[in-house]
Amino acid sequence: MVFRVPLKRKLTDTAARGLICISAFVAILPLVLILAYLAVRGVPALSWEFFTRNPMPLGSPGGGMLNAIVGTLIIVGLASVMAVPLGVLTGVYLGEYGVGTFARAVRFLSDSLAGIPSIAAGIFAYSFIVTAMGHFSALAGSVALAILILPVVIRTTEDALRMVPGDIREAAYALGITRWRSTLRIVLPAARAPIVTGALLGIARASGETAPLLFTAFGTPFLTFDPSQPMSALPLQIYVYATSPYEVNWNLAWAAALTLVTIVLVLNVVARVISAKSRSL
Amino acid sequence: MSLWHREAGAAERPAEAAMVAENVSAWYGSRLAIKDVTLTIWKHRVTAFIGPSGCGKSTFLRTLNRMHELLPGARVEGRILFGDQDIYDPDVDPVALRRRVGMVFQRPNPFPTMSIFDNVAAGLRLTGIRNRAVLEERVENSLRQAALWEEVKDSLRKPATALSGGQQQRLCIARALAVEPDVILMDEPTSSLDPISTQKIEDTITELKERYTIVIVTHNLQQAARISDYTGLFLIRRQGDPGELWEMASTEQMFSMPARPETESYITGRFG
Repeated sequence: MVFRVPLKRKLTDTAARGLICISAFVAILPLVLILAYLAVRGVPALSWEFFTRNPMPLGSPGGGMLNAIVGTLIIVGLASVMAVPLGVLTGVYLGEYGVGTFARAVRFLSDSLAGIPSIAAGIFAYSFIVTAMGHFSALAGSVALAILILPVVIRTTEDALRMVPGDIREAAYALGITRWRSTLRIVLPAARAPIVTGALLGIARASGETAPLLFTAFGTPFLTFDPSQPMSALPLQIYVYATSPYEVNWNLAWAAALTLVTIVLVLNVVARVISAKSRSL
Repeated sequence: MSLWHREAGAAERPAEAAMVAENVSAWYGSRLAIKDVTLTIWKHRVTAFIGPSGCGKSTFLRTLNRMHELLPGARVEGRILFGDQDIYDPDVDPVALRRRVGMVFQRPNPFPTMSIFDNVAAGLRLTGIRNRAVLEERVENSLRQAALWEEVKDSLRKPATALSGGQQQRLCIARALAVEPDVILMDEPTSSLDPISTQKIEDTITELKERYTIVIVTHNLQQAARISDYTGLFLIRRQGDPGELWEMASTEQMFSMPARPETESYITGRFG
């Protein structure tokens, strides 16, 4: 006796499979179109000058985005230095010791922080850092971005620690290792990959934020390395150039957008590679 | 000592007590898990705890190295003497105790991010020993005692998770040995392993008792009969009751002439 699949089932299967594939295609189509259009408009405007010169006054040809690229790296770097250690330690507290009212409050506040609009983070940094210093600064911008990165790192650290099997902790305690040492030297390293991945994704998100930088870092046409002064950043420069009336600037804005998206993509890919490598171990 | 505790005959060399439990009871929250356990663990002997599932054998084992109280809501009453000191005395540091009373668990649990060498050295490094030469010597010693050295001596830097189940368990034994405890507790150490690995570990246990005191919880009656010197049976009277030490005697007596009828029933396989 031969077991043949009835025709009706085959048709339903094909139809469903087709529907799913089309849906997936439609879902990634916008992303593909954006990347393609960015490449089409941005690549022609890329040049050696773009990466090595500072911007010309609006409307003048030539010039580049060196200060914006450096500015993005500095502001995002500073924000990461502020947010990642604090976030990991908070995540460790919640994951390893987090019972009781205080822990619940911290968790609730961290989750709420994850949902605030990025411009609100900018307003916070403006109210406390910019007014205190009396002028705009990269530091204020970093604080605003750190506020956005922090809840992501807290949540991924806590989840990563919860996923470490209890066996490992028991083995450590049974050897007569103190709790803090076992958390720091055995449990945390075991959760290293998801924590790094989460941090990179949080940083990638923050590097594209424009609103919080508008009135914190503010921007400048010069190349600066001083975080206590206003600093340029790619999203800021894109905003200024795209809203200007000059075509030369629009082209540069496309190139800057392409650069920014590339940075974010690279961070994402690195995060996924780390995640995949650790899973295969 | 109650009527049900019979020790070795006078012809045997009298052994010293490594640990003595007196009226030990343990709770998980409000549920009493084991009640009034009194027994002696003799030095340089293998003591086995047998009994059906849920009768408190593992719970009692964990009171010996103060791991039971790590669970939220868990507590212990009674005294356990290690040498002449009650380990539940408030002055006692449980972390220091666990360096003298080590534990090997049912499922091998090597630290996943570390190499074979780092696993065995973990207990030493994280209690302050940094000297390279000392670490290498202690690691080799422990791996030899755990009968694993020959198999891993050329791949000490490889990740511990690359070993087979039986090898991982012997690695965990080596890791426990490295901190040079006096007593080693083993909670069903071979129940997740194949017969060949089980045999290797049983041989290791028999050799280890020259230098250490071993307490082993096992479901496997034949294993208890093969390797232990003393056996204690844990039972519950009725469903929902706490576990109790039903009988404790030298293994020879336990398996040939048990004093209580329930012991005989359990050993001959009539229940449990």
